[in-house]
Amino acid sequence: MDADVIVIGAGIVGAACAQALAQAGRRVLVLDARIGGATGAGMGHLVVMDDNAAELELSRHSVAQWRELAPRMSEDCAYSACGTLWIAANDEEMAEAERKQQRLRAHGIDSRLLDARELANAEPALRKGLAGALEVPGDGILYAPNAARWLLAQATDSVRVEHAKVEAIEDDGALSLADGSHRTAPQIVLANGIQATTLCPELPIRPKKGHLLITDRYPGTVHHQLVELGYVTSAHHSDGDSVAFNVQPRPTGQLLVGSSRQFDTTDPAVEAPMLARMLQRTLDYLPGLANLNAVRSWTGMRAASPDGLPLLGKHPWREKLWLAVGHEGLGVTTAPGSAHLLAALMTDATPDFDATPYAPRGLRETA
Amino acid sequence: MSAHTLLNIDGHLVRVKAGSSVAAALRVAGGMGVARTSVTGQKRAPFCGMGVCQECRVLIDGRRRLACQTVCAEGMRVETTG
Repeated sequence: MDADVIVIGAGIVGAACAQALAQAGRRVLVLDARIGGATGAGMGHLVVMDDNAAELELSRHSVAQWRELAPRMSEDCAYSACGTLWIAANDEEMAEAERKQQRLRAHGIDSRLLDARELANAEPALRKGLAGALEVPGDGILYAPNAARWLLAQATDSVRVEHAKVEAIEDDGALSLADGSHRTAPQIVLANGIQATTLCPELPIRPKKGHLLITDRYPGTVHHQLVELGYVTSAHHSDGDSVAFNVQPRPTGQLLVGSSRQFDTTDPAVEAPMLARMLQRTLDYLPGLANLNAVRSWTGMRAASPDGLPLLGKHPWREKLWLAVGHEGLGVTTAPGSAHLLAALMTDATPDFDATPYAPRGLRETA
Repeated sequence: MSAHTLLNIDGHLVRVKAGSSVAAALRVAGGMGVARTSVTGQKRAPFCGMGVCQECRVLIDGRRRLACQTVCAEGMRVETTG
């Protein structure tokens, strides 16, 4: 197959781009080094985020797309329409929950405020004395590695996946592979997350390490994805380490526990002090977690951009190269919307929403 | 101290040598020492025997524990369903 487009990276973003380009009539070759990245390490949450208008538009569009795909997805994608509860620990955070509801409502997103009693009824495992919550029922979760494979399998006639490591992108846009061969196509998409800077050192992408832990099966302990409203402030510190309460009920009955953030380390080791901080935060909200068994903990690297938005669009100076990188911790959520935008730009179609805020920016000129 | 311990596995009384692990008792109880079933219904048994593989998770007196890391006690109740 002579490909119209080569996508580098078969994670959730690369898979979504390949699928969107195939839908637009392109023959797509996906090259994946099988190094593994954020798709295999993350929580797989589908959550509308509203820190700024661009993030809200991209995540709103994407979560809606996931909801449309969900009925057709294979069971092993483990999609669950559990919704999110944004937990307010005190009156101040409850006021923030109300402001959040107004912002979501302005964009047509359904949500519901729960007072302290309603929250206790909805999630009895939470500690007493919390102020309330904002429920966003349209959010969900899925198992991202299988969802990526499922996306790639949706267009078997026009999407081919090859196990190959790209070593370099030449000045003319040709790809040099580790086995010494070359590949070329009229358009190339860079969608390999944290690995992107090995091919394009000029990209403003930094690793942001996160820890996760998963428990044994305790079905019915938690019903929604639970996130502290303080998450918004802790998740977006651009420097320093932070933790935030974030727990998901997986369809298996397991609880997936996050979250932590650390800059400027690429050491994948689980760090006991950071894991302990994260679990202590979890116990502040879910004291019963102390009696449950954890079966595994691991880390992953988010590909963080300086402003938290992904870079979607044509590389400003590299021949043939398009970027779909820098999704940080929201790549599973925003993969469909990112793919929609990029495929529209690459095929001269009009995207459903404005691509300007995500245009590649902040690239460092190299000598 | 008695040379043997009597415990209850899934409603059956099982007698093992004192000091045996629950993983050993599962083997004594029959089959291949199945501890649990996976989410897809596969039978799982102790594999590493040293607390790493997590394949021997069972309910012991109402709490999820690792069978290979738990010494049998008189009257202990072990459940392997789930």
